[in-house]
Amino acid sequence: MSALLFAQATSNSWDLPANIAFGIISVIAIGAALRMVTTDNVVHSALYLLVVLAAVAAVYILLGAEFVAATQVLVYIGAILVLLLFGVMLTKAKLGADEDLNYEQRWIGLGVSVLLLVVMTFSIWEEYGTKEEAKLVGYEPQRTQVVADSIFSTYIVPFEAVSVLLLAALIGAVVVARRD
Amino acid sequence: MLAFELGWAEWLVRTVAVLGVVLLPAGATVYLYLFKMVSFMQSRLGPMEAGPYGSMQLLAEVGKNLQKEDILPAKADRTIFNLAPYVVLSSTFLLALVVPFGPEAGFASLDTGSFSDRNFDGVGAFYAMAVSSISVIGILMAGWASASKYSLMGGVRAAGQLIAYELPLILAIVGVVIQAGSLSLQGIVYAQYEGEIFGFGAIGNPFIITQFVGFIIFMIAVQAELTQVPFDMPIAESELVSGYMTEYSGFRFLMFFIGEFATANIFAFLASVFFLGGWTVPPFIVDLLGITIDSNWFNLIGPAVMLTKMLLLTFIIYWVRFTYPRFREDQLQKFAWKVLIPISLVNIAITGFLKVAF
Repeated sequence: MSALLFAQATSNSWDLPANIAFGIISVIAIGAALRMVTTDNVVHSALYLLVVLAAVAAVYILLGAEFVAATQVLVYIGAILVLLLFGVMLTKAKLGADEDLNYEQRWIGLGVSVLLLVVMTFSIWEEYGTKEEAKLVGYEPQRTQVVADSIFSTYIVPFEAVSVLLLAALIGAVVVARRD
Repeated sequence: MLAFELGWAEWLVRTVAVLGVVLLPAGATVYLYLFKMVSFMQSRLGPMEAGPYGSMQLLAEVGKNLQKEDILPAKADRTIFNLAPYVVLSSTFLLALVVPFGPEAGFASLDTGSFSDRNFDGVGAFYAMAVSSISVIGILMAGWASASKYSLMGGVRAAGQLIAYELPLILAIVGVVIQAGSLSLQGIVYAQYEGEIFGFGAIGNPFIITQFVGFIIFMIAVQAELTQVPFDMPIAESELVSGYMTEYSGFRFLMFFIGEFATANIFAFLASVFFLGGWTVPPFIVDLLGITIDSNWFNLIGPAVMLTKMLLLTFIIYWVRFTYPRFREDQLQKFAWKVLIPISLVNIAITGFLKVAF
């Protein structure tokens, strides 16, 4: 692996430190993801998810997408994961191994992940496999203005659709939570 | 990014400086406010024995805590119990990374704004808000892994409180960001330096004037984020012993303690960047001194200016802390969701309207 990276670094404009960092982050992310589904404690599982999400944020920073990385930390770690841990600790959060956990859906889960892996690998390889610009080059940070412009021009329809969906979910949550 | 062009020596200096900026002001505020100011307010002397006026008391406290036995509760989840203080402290250090102390005096280049060519592209403000939420995870970890009812209740209370007060914290910043037109902390500093109030630019435009509502909301939310009195339900000592910190002792307790005070300082640094003009001094003083704002002098003056503003703001934080009694839990949640968040949303709407109008 490292020999391959060094060879790449000498042969063309690949950026060595970024590739090494990417390798380390990927190993951490994959390891934590595996432990997340195999561990026998719900809170441990949530904390391994934290590691996975943090690693994804690190990959975004590596790609120069700082705004997206900060969003990842704010939304996924700061909000969703905290709510998840909060819920787990309010209801049931055993210390030590939890025998009640079931793994009945593991084969379906495995099937779905393999399918996702194949589809994504295929589509990414089709699009970028032979192109130069797909390689990790430079650390030119992506300007926030560019992100904002593309959200509010190119992707305005999906953005509005998601907003309406979230609003509907919010109202739905209020309706469900109301007692009267 | 600038960072990759730095030499290793500069990296080393910046890394050590982060330690300095987290630990030294924390020690200063603990001595000045927690030891001396509160003693003055309660008509007593405070520590007087260790060193002149008890100034070495802090070192004595650190020594005491380091000598204590590191107790691990029998049923605790060992790994997570040990990791939790590090997670809390890492949030503090990540927060300190983006604070600008001068045109080039900063620690990391996440906030990529470059002062000399007026290029403010960074996402520092957004990043700071994002990493400040990591400490909740550490508190929840500590509360759960201690295997104690008090700790768990403290942890859950803390999570509920920090989720509620993170929103007004972020929404208060949005007004500042709209007015400055930049997410970069350097950009916000520059906008305040260059700004004018109805054509009068001698003191710039510190956003505490135009964003006064945002400033008040920010300081209240900071008080709650730090779980300081009157928002100290997570560690309410009369109800929960010491909340999520109950089972901690020795070095790990010291880490929570340092984390609490250092985070107060970093938030005060951030508040002075957002609302008090950051490391700059009013333009007429700069003119008087006969130097330009991006000259190297400000890498020296800047940290001192920031320190002054930080001490002023932490003074307010501790003043409030030692003055008011604790809220009730439902009052706390009501105050965040029904008062602070609506006001900050209105503030954002008005700021946006005025930004377009002018």
